[in-house]
Amino acid sequence: MSAPARSPQELHDTIAGGIGESPLRPDGTLKVRGEFAYSSDLWHEDMLWGATLRSPHPHARIVRLDVSRALAQPGVHAVLTHEDVPGENVYGLKYQDTPALAADLVRYQGEPIAILAADHPEIARQALKEIVVEYDVLEPITDPERAAHDATLPKLHPGGNLVRHQRIVKGDPAATADVVVSGVYEIGMQDQAFLGPESGLAVPAEDGGVDLYLATQWLHVDQRQTAKALGLPVDKVRLTLSGVGGAFGGREDLSMQIHSCMLALRTGRPVKMSYNRLESFFGHVHRHPAKMYYEHGATKDGKLVYVRAKMYFDGGAYASKTPVVVGNGTTLSVGPYDVPNAHIEGWGVYTNNPTCGAMRGLGAVQPTYAYESQMDKLAAALDMDPAELRIRNALSEGSTVVTGQVVDFPAPVAELVQRVRDLPLPPEPAGERDIRELPGGASNTTHGEGVVRGVGYGVTIKNISYAEGLDDYSTARVRLEVLGGEAVAMVHTAAAEVGQGLVTLQQQIARTELGLTRVSVHPADTSVGDAGSSSASRQTYVTGGAVRNACRAVAEAVYARLGVSAEGMSLTGGKVVAADGEVVADLAELLGDAAIEETREFHHRPTYPLDPETGQGDAHVQYGFSAHRAVVDVDLDLGLVKVVQLDCAQDVGKAMNPDAVVAQIQGGSAQGLGLAVMEEILVKDGKVRNPSFTDYLIPTILDMPPMRVDVLERPDPHAPYGVRGVGEPPTISATPAIANAIRAATGLELPRVPIRPEHITGV
Amino acid sequence: MRVNVTVNGESRRADNVWEGESLLYVLRERLGLPGSKNACEQGECGSCTVYLDGVPACACLVAAGQAEGREVVTVEGLASGDDLDPVQESFVEQGAVQCGFCTPGLLVAAHDLIERVPDPSDVEIREALAGNLCRCTGYEKILDAVRDAAAKKAVR
Ligand code: FES
Ligand code: FES
Repeated sequence: MSAPARSPQELHDTIAGGIGESPLRPDGTLKVRGEFAYSSDLWHEDMLWGATLRSPHPHARIVRLDVSRALAQPGVHAVLTHEDVPGENVYGLKYQDTPALAADLVRYQGEPIAILAADHPEIARQALKEIVVEYDVLEPITDPERAAHDATLPKLHPGGNLVRHQRIVKGDPAATADVVVSGVYEIGMQDQAFLGPESGLAVPAEDGGVDLYLATQWLHVDQRQTAKALGLPVDKVRLTLSGVGGAFGGREDLSMQIHSCMLALRTGRPVKMSYNRLESFFGHVHRHPAKMYYEHGATKDGKLVYVRAKMYFDGGAYASKTPVVVGNGTTLSVGPYDVPNAHIEGWGVYTNNPTCGAMRGLGAVQPTYAYESQMDKLAAALDMDPAELRIRNALSEGSTVVTGQVVDFPAPVAELVQRVRDLPLPPEPAGERDIRELPGGASNTTHGEGVVRGVGYGVTIKNISYAEGLDDYSTARVRLEVLGGEAVAMVHTAAAEVGQGLVTLQQQIARTELGLTRVSVHPADTSVGDAGSSSASRQTYVTGGAVRNACRAVAEAVYARLGVSAEGMSLTGGKVVAADGEVVADLAELLGDAAIEETREFHHRPTYPLDPETGQGDAHVQYGFSAHRAVVDVDLDLGLVKVVQLDCAQDVGKAMNPDAVVAQIQGGSAQGLGLAVMEEILVKDGKVRNPSFTDYLIPTILDMPPMRVDVLERPDPHAPYGVRGVGEPPTISATPAIANAIRAATGLELPRVPIRPEHITGV
Repeated sequence: MRVNVTVNGESRRADNVWEGESLLYVLRERLGLPGSKNACEQGECGSCTVYLDGVPACACLVAAGQAEGREVVTVEGLASGDDLDPVQESFVEQGAVQCGFCTPGLLVAAHDLIERVPDPSDVEIREALAGNLCRCTGYEKILDAVRDAAAKKAVR
């Protein structure tokens, strides 16, 4: 069958600009015209609509499942259950523990049980109601701390309820100190809340395989998992990326991939699935809620002596990224600080709460909130300026982190804190204030009496790329050819553009390396090698490295064709230029009809697993650092918070596209603000109480304050172009900065985020 | 049922429309205009904002039948031919588009604001766009884009 009528577009827009400049996105014009094909826009003549039946119970045994009535509905073409899964009914990113369709046990509310395909989405929705499922409802396991330690609880999986336990011991774990502060911190379940729904179109192919057009973060990992469930060889399940409306980690796990392909293969017709917002809340994994016990010890003059911590991460029903969350959470547990002694333990557990997995700042968001709260508490105990305490303990190049790894690249933590501290503060409020600028805005009932201001800091360290020994790599194919008399390049990778601007960056690299202007970007698909995931702030680093390598191989091939040594040669302005500036050849003439195409991989330097007992090991390839300062106004009577200003200083190694870097920092900071004061999936007895944008609140333009962004460039000698991952750190450090500012304003302990009005008013 | 509606200046007809279908569904799935986006379909995010008889409305909250005989302008209708509207130009130039899923709705809302208030203050921009969620940008660049578009329109 042919490609869908609305299908992913090749991006040709030629907007000059190489590395270090800020050319515009090649997909910008398509997007503002409404012509960009997002996954929910895909359309095929003759297509059917898929829909999913989900469990209303968080924990239950399925005693009877009868789809006959649904199948008899006019306009319904197939109704499938676990019995129809052609291959293995199990998938997973780290552990293979998730059924494509539940067989006997459901482990969370919203778990898929049956799928169907119909002529119209409404027929599909109505037919779902005709599927009969009888449940034996079971008591849900909902307390992660109990799940970690109480062996009497029922086992949700054959191996028990523990996903991963990791201990980290550095120096003398029993060290003592002059000044000790401790606290217990909790963080609620945050949602990625990307705007583009989970959606895709599966088209059955003549060779018995299937072509899937979809929004995802990692085409090849989806391909492998889907093919296994379909019982097909990997090359018969071909995936093409369509427009992605944001991801933030929420598209790392499968949603409709296997389901839509099963329906397409069964009906022999293209099947489109597109979740609505309610289903989206159930159809993707969320950020791990956590409970963390921390103790910090310091000398009288404010040098950290030790950190001891225990942290519990609620992974929900399936493992997803929980093993990584435990790894990141423990290895980043003391923050960007030099700490000689530490004893850290982290547990990731199974419960019957919604499954948790990847979200921006994976595993670092939780401990950062806790240790940055502790740093302020320590500063208060020492009667010291909180920024000063952070500077005094800041990690720097040559420091040894808690896993024993030596930081062998720039780590300008102290400088980031200084710089964000030195940015101008907003003017102190005076006189009558515009009610719209007060906490609560126009709906405020006071006029500023009882409003207090506070300033707070948050600083973080985040690992970039995949860790703990994973061979993390990307592949790029670059083709150089003559079109319309001009040498042009085409870049083809499987790397997912999820909104972050990777397509722009691929063009910038190719322009710089090949010395030409016109570079197009081919839609990402599985016909080129694996690029890994658009997550862990790794895509610019790893795919950027692969595009660079492929371009350099193309350049080598050009010199070889010319019969000259590459020594001193360069490609500039469509010409081959010698070291002395002499033009050796015109690229278009040299190429003629014979294009040059090269495919190369980029692997970053190896990382190593952690010692299971001591947690020592060179687990991470690179760290990113950012610091935030927040200024807040708090209405003490109503408990309302207005973030007045939020500033950030971040080291990005090399700003490949300075405008896009700033935009990432602004967007990431907004998500951190959301977690600080409003965003939480409320779960009670394993059931989600607020699966809608009416009740799950994300920051609006009224909630986001003006931001100053100070970008540092301290190149990492080990990274292509010196880059350092940018996407995640700002999300992480924004949350504690705001929480600390609210504490500074109110004097309250506030050991939980999001901070709600009732936490401030105490009613 | 049959629905007749003028969309972006053209009179269009959709047949076999179900009672429960929204204007958004009819635009996207029946009339081949997927520019207006389906992010929440509950009137909460503004991604589906269109002009309905000249007034911005969430197309997901308008029943298809309610649009009978009325005039709709979608994001696809903002540009004239190859020429982008200033508000579209500014969104691209100021980096206000990341994933772009919120963009069509924001463009219609921002277009309407500048039509009504040619030189909006920051507070006015924020209030006018408070019904349009964006998860990617943090809104700073969106503010830049609206200011820039207003300035451009003032010159033209
Ligand atoms: S899709 Fe209509 S308001 Fe969200
Ligand atoms: S750009 Fe992605 S939601 Fe606004």
